[in-house]
Amino acid sequence: MTLDSKVPAGPLKDKWENHKFNMKLVSPANKRKYDIIIVGTGLAGASAAASLGELGYNVKVFTYHDSARRAHSIAAQGGINAAKNYQNDGDSVYRLFYDTIKGGDFRSREANVYRLAEVSGNIIDQCVAQGVPFAREYGGMLDNRSFGGALVSRTFYAKGQTGQQLLLGAYSAMNRQIKLGKVKLYARREMVDLVVIDGIARGIIVRNLVTGEFEKYSAHAVILATGGYSNVFFLSTNAMNCNATAIWRAHKRGAAFANPCFTQIHPTCIPLHGEVQSKLTLMSESLRNDGRIWVSKIKGDMRHPNDIPEEERDYFLERKYPTYGNLSPRDISSRAAKEVVDEGRGAQGQEAVYLDFRDAINRLGRKVIEERYGNLFEMYKTITGEDPYEVPMKIYPAPHYTMGGLWVDYNLMSTIPGLFVAGEANFSDHGANRLGASALMQGLADGYFILPYTIGNYLATEKPSLINIDHPEFDKFKKEIEDFTHKLLSVKGKRTVDSIHKQLGRIMWNKVGMARSEQGLKEAINEIRELREEFWKNVNVVGSANDLNQCLERAGRVADYLELGELMAIDALHRNESCGAHFRVEYQTEEGEALRNDEEYAYVAAWEFKEIGKWELHKEPLVFETVQLATRSYK
Amino acid sequence: MNNKKLNLTLKIWRQPGPNSAGSFVEYKVSVSPDASFLEMLDELNNELESKNLEPIAFESDCREGICGTCGIVINGHPHGPIPRIATCQLHMRNFKDGDTIWVEPFRARAFPVIKDLIVDRSALDRIMEAGGFISVNTGSAPDGNAIPIPKDIASEAMDAATCIGCGACVAACKNASAMLFVSAKISHLALLPQGQPERYIRVQTMVKKMDELGFGACSNTYACEAECPKGISILNIARMNRDYLVAKLKTEEVE
Ligand SMILES: Cc1cc2nc3c(=O)[nH]c(=O)nc-3n(C[C@H](O)[C@H](O)[C@H](O)COP(=O)(O)OP(=O)(O)OC[C@H]3O[C@@H](n4cnc5c(N)ncnc54)[C@H](O)[C@@H]3O)c2cc1C
Ligand code: SF4
Repeated sequence: MTLDSKVPAGPLKDKWENHKFNMKLVSPANKRKYDIIIVGTGLAGASAAASLGELGYNVKVFTYHDSARRAHSIAAQGGINAAKNYQNDGDSVYRLFYDTIKGGDFRSREANVYRLAEVSGNIIDQCVAQGVPFAREYGGMLDNRSFGGALVSRTFYAKGQTGQQLLLGAYSAMNRQIKLGKVKLYARREMVDLVVIDGIARGIIVRNLVTGEFEKYSAHAVILATGGYSNVFFLSTNAMNCNATAIWRAHKRGAAFANPCFTQIHPTCIPLHGEVQSKLTLMSESLRNDGRIWVSKIKGDMRHPNDIPEEERDYFLERKYPTYGNLSPRDISSRAAKEVVDEGRGAQGQEAVYLDFRDAINRLGRKVIEERYGNLFEMYKTITGEDPYEVPMKIYPAPHYTMGGLWVDYNLMSTIPGLFVAGEANFSDHGANRLGASALMQGLADGYFILPYTIGNYLATEKPSLINIDHPEFDKFKKEIEDFTHKLLSVKGKRTVDSIHKQLGRIMWNKVGMARSEQGLKEAINEIRELREEFWKNVNVVGSANDLNQCLERAGRVADYLELGELMAIDALHRNESCGAHFRVEYQTEEGEALRNDEEYAYVAAWEFKEIGKWELHKEPLVFETVQLATRSYK
Repeated sequence: MNNKKLNLTLKIWRQPGPNSAGSFVEYKVSVSPDASFLEMLDELNNELESKNLEPIAFESDCREGICGTCGIVINGHPHGPIPRIATCQLHMRNFKDGDTIWVEPFRARAFPVIKDLIVDRSALDRIMEAGGFISVNTGSAPDGNAIPIPKDIASEAMDAATCIGCGACVAACKNASAMLFVSAKISHLALLPQGQPERYIRVQTMVKKMDELGFGACSNTYACEAECPKGISILNIARMNRDYLVAKLKTEEVE
């Protein structure tokens, strides 16, 4: 396996422009001769489907949801970045690029990140034109706010429902193509395998979730836009159905998996409060614009937060990082919260810190706060039963976003020709830590503005042929997945799927979570292997394969997590440095900050699947032509 | 936080498939008041599975009240008895020890049951495909600030756009009308300058599709507004009706 990033030559700011000019085009009359499969209808998938349909390709788009509008992107609250400099506060493409590179702790690919910043402005224009009701100023102009890791206000938002509104925009653009007949939507279908024939991606096998039937689909190119895999931790901020299956099965068919251990732990989630809890709810990072984070200076302080006087409060982020304060990046803020909790200073003895709006309410009035964060406050109250206007919120870090994913080159193509990967499912733009409000930006950049060009180039240069689904190879793939399903159903053991998933989640959180050590990771690898064995000996998958069976759906996903979890630990173990969200306790400065090792680890770790539990490491060196590698400082 | 568990009797609708008959089945549960309604079902399912019984099929995804996936009828109310929240945000602290709770799927002709508590709501997508969009190609948009929009208009559009497409309005309506949903969608775009060029065609194609799909007519009972988890206002229905009338006067009948 060779990793060729295909980054175009020339100055950073001209790369994408030149590349677009140099790419081959498919003539308008020929576009309708090409079929493209897209898996996923989140921001990345829906925007790609709409744009490719508009160009004239025949698009088949798949989702396991009942409706394309339910993709996890719908849940994003805070906002989307773009370098528009509408606020006249010094933003620019270069600054957005630099903030993102630095935020990612210099572990992302320079050219990709620059391109992302470059197209960010067009994304906002596109969404406005579709009718996305972004927040406006009184003069009718677009409003902005700021997010962690940036000192400018470049985040566009629609109340606390930015993801929903952006997704509805992309979904509506896709609906227009459905009406025009260029896009065909297949809902309630789960992709369970990638069909690779002669080393090229030729199609997919899906399970019809209603009838249980396995269906075959072929195309000239396949795009996976299937989102992230934080649910490997069981408890995360991701929607219940987010999973790794599509990319994991593609990985097992030959697509390299890059930086699997880079998992973002988001600092502002509602802490764990019950033993049957199914997920952790994110409170938008935008709250940190006005909320102040603190704990008591005294260990084991069980007083009600409102009874703790000012001089006994420790605003630890403001103290440690005076420049960025409460808006320090996620990895830094999360670790700082863990530190004070580990010291025994958690809010009322819990694994939590306070997020306090008292000062903001005094300064701005309750009405302004209501306008800015009203729905988030309501949500907090519904879940916890406490009123954040009166009592500070309690928050704690939780697994949130996976920077790792399938390896892609500059054209977003994986190591399998014809297989493209977009949005959170790929690894490319965020390095070791993603800044807030840039995942939505990346999903839409990939779907609206990058794939439409690079897919055309692939089709025009490679001229892949279409393999009919009656081809015996297709049946071979289908047979394999039928056997796999049968195997799951025939274990007939004693343990429920969820109990195994929860156990895996605990191993991952304790040993592959916010802080990792060599010893812990080695233990994790062994424990995951044992659990995997346990699963295949002792799981009980109830029901049959011939109808809607949610137990079977979950079992397939957990089977994949049990393999992926091991790779995450292996990746974390081999990376003997701390960077971004990957914190190895052995590698820190005296003040407890992450200690990167650029001499030895300035590369993307791309793993090639050999057999279950066995991988080969390939390295893509990261070449920084424009930025100087620097120690991140938010002080 | 309250650690005393609640003992409850659940009467849950079980229906193996679209063409089989369904019935209520009784379950006893003991649950923490801090659990959400869906977490209670998770627990119950875990218990059923460990006895090798088929779990109750129900849908949910974000569990944050925004994706619109969850939605069941609880004691006669879509999304349960507490106004303005989705099922996933309903917490057990809203129930009392000893309560009996009836749980059934959304019922409407246009929403056939697939299994247990899962219904097919794809008719709502068919309505959106009929015209719920602005025709603009990728890459041809003017600068976002070239279209100034007064703050109050933007927030009014936003209020309409808040609809999560859950279908509770349809389930709440005795005529199984989708008027609240459709009118929210129509209003969102009709309020914005970008939505003007197709405004009157849009209302016609969407209403026509809604009628075709077997949704009932609106007879102004306001049940939809009362049960909508997002508090979508029936003012949207009035706006839609007005646009529909104007459309009839303005344009040729659409095909
Ligand atoms: C609670 C929360 C809040 C967030 N807030 C923000 C924010 O404010 N700003 C920001 O920039 N980012 C935010 N993020 C991150 C951002 O939402 C995601 O990274 C982004 O939406 C991912 O988009 P996507 O298109 O890649 O995937 P998704 O939106 O996850 O879509 C995945 C799609 O793939 C489909 N799919 C997956 N697997 C299969 C399969 N095997 N077969 C068939 N279909 C499949 C799903 O049905 C779905 O349609 C947030 C994330 C969370 C968890
Ligand atoms: S109008 Fe309200 S009830 Fe109806 S689909 Fe939308 S959010 Fe649900």
